[in-house]
Amino acid sequence: MRELSLNVMDVAQNSVRAEASLVRITVEESDKEDRLSIIIADDGCGMTEEQVQQVIDPFFTTRTTRKVGLGVPLFKLSAEQTGGSFDIKSKKGVGTTTTANYVKSHVDMTPLGDINSTVKILIQCNPDIDFVYTCTTDNGSFSLDTRELREVLGDVSLDTPDVLEWITDFLEENTKEIYGGA
Amino acid sequence: MKSLAELKAIRDKAQAEINMRKENPNAAKVLVGMATCGIAAGARPVLNAFVEEIAKRGLKDVTVTQTGCIGICQYEPVVEIEIPGEDKVTYVKMTPEKAVKVVNDHLVNHNVVTEYTIGTATR
Repeated sequence: MRELSLNVMDVAQNSVRAEASLVRITVEESDKEDRLSIIIADDGCGMTEEQVQQVIDPFFTTRTTRKVGLGVPLFKLSAEQTGGSFDIKSKKGVGTTTTANYVKSHVDMTPLGDINSTVKILIQCNPDIDFVYTCTTDNGSFSLDTRELREVLGDVSLDTPDVLEWITDFLEENTKEIYGGA
Repeated sequence: MKSLAELKAIRDKAQAEINMRKENPNAAKVLVGMATCGIAAGARPVLNAFVEEIAKRGLKDVTVTQTGCIGICQYEPVVEIEIPGEDKVTYVKMTPEKAVKVVNDHLVNHNVVTEYTIGTATR
């Protein structure tokens, strides 16, 4: 994957498949502490301890269309190759939380990339699932909570083009704010 | 800064049009393969290109959504187009530029872009 945001899109699909109703995506970036954390937490069907071990194995997948499952292994690799860490916590019937920690200055650090585009596509393609996206930097923090948007929108779907445009602009403006216009 | 008040205005406008959009059985479907293989091959810009071009042309009866891996990872990004009453078409090795052409030729004018289909790629 060329961008970590693509890993996020990929792994968040697992939450969708696990029939989550709420997916929290959290990005915490600190130049001061030289670290980046990505947390994807869902309230989907969860996994047993044995299954958690299996998803880290590239030759495990629940799919029938092919024999390999690289989503989680690639995400894990992206973190560990920077000297960071990777962890999956899951409980059957409760949900799954995936955490990847990165050392930002490491030469093998993959850029975060266009995370806003990932969030927008996830909302657009799964308008019945709620997403909470939180981004934090040294300069501040912001959140997008589709449950709040839903309250305003009533029976207008989140994947309405004008709503998606609003979401795109909202993410862009807030990102600019906490990345100091960079 | 974007505000929730602005979102309210969008809602009011959208509510007026909502009945036309809902569950139209004649709606065309654009399915973009978005599993690990598709994403790694560049499916995200392709999906964005479809959405943008469809919005630009104001096409109402088209839904763009993501789908999983259909087992032809070497041909990703893969896009399937389903138009009710017509054969399903599978486009392979898609790019944002190709996506624009597919919207204009296939979705608007109902001419399949044969050179981008899997039938041509495997020949």
